[in-house]
Amino acid sequence: MQVTVKTFAQTREITGEDNIALHISENSTIETVISQLKTRSDKWALALEGSVLTACNQELCDLQTVLSDGDELALFPPVTGG
Amino acid sequence: MFALVQVEDFDQGELYARLKQSADEKACGNTGAIVTFTGLVRDFNNVGDIDGIELEHYPGMTEKALMLLVEQASERFSLNSAGALHRVGRIHNNEQIVWVGAAAPHRQAAFDAACYLMDMLKQSVPLWKKEFKGDKSEWVAAKASDDEAALKWMRKK
Repeated sequence: MQVTVKTFAQTREITGEDNIALHISENSTIETVISQLKTRSDKWALALEGSVLTACNQELCDLQTVLSDGDELALFPPVTGG
Repeated sequence: MFALVQVEDFDQGELYARLKQSADEKACGNTGAIVTFTGLVRDFNNVGDIDGIELEHYPGMTEKALMLLVEQASERFSLNSAGALHRVGRIHNNEQIVWVGAAAPHRQAAFDAACYLMDMLKQSVPLWKKEFKGDKSEWVAAKASDDEAALKWMRKK
């Protein structure tokens, strides 16, 4: 199945990719997908080694969330608005 | 209730009027306190002077997360209405960046709700600040003090 992965702020700048289509296995958790993304390139490994927040379909969620086909996964650093 | 994300500057008077009208529609005559907060861009950080900031956001999620926060504040503090606006894009020193407002029967709930909105906004709404100095720029790191401020509300429940 396939999901869309979006990145923002430092995560976007380090990876150099802000929106990718990714093939993943059925019943993959976000944690599994992050491990998969770390093998994509050194840039992805670097971007995902620190504190990264995750959102699934535009809602914050934890690493154990199981993804479904067509989901939008977003990866970004801790937020700094206000 | 309302939650807005926009590039343009905002008018505090218009937002106050919108909040009051919203509170009146829910419970006319019941609102005894409206507290609003406006955040500005300082011209310095912990290193030195800066030349403004840029705010990146997650279009779609930022609006939803801000509205969810407004709804949570309204429920938690039994507000008659609440609102929030956050600017995105390039913002110069001393310009307005964020506004929150809370309308309640009594002042303590309105003050608490405004604090809650700002503390939790810094945890749950996807916005990222980058500071500029000349031709250089640097992302702002999340602060431990901001984490602690949000945790305080989570512990209180």
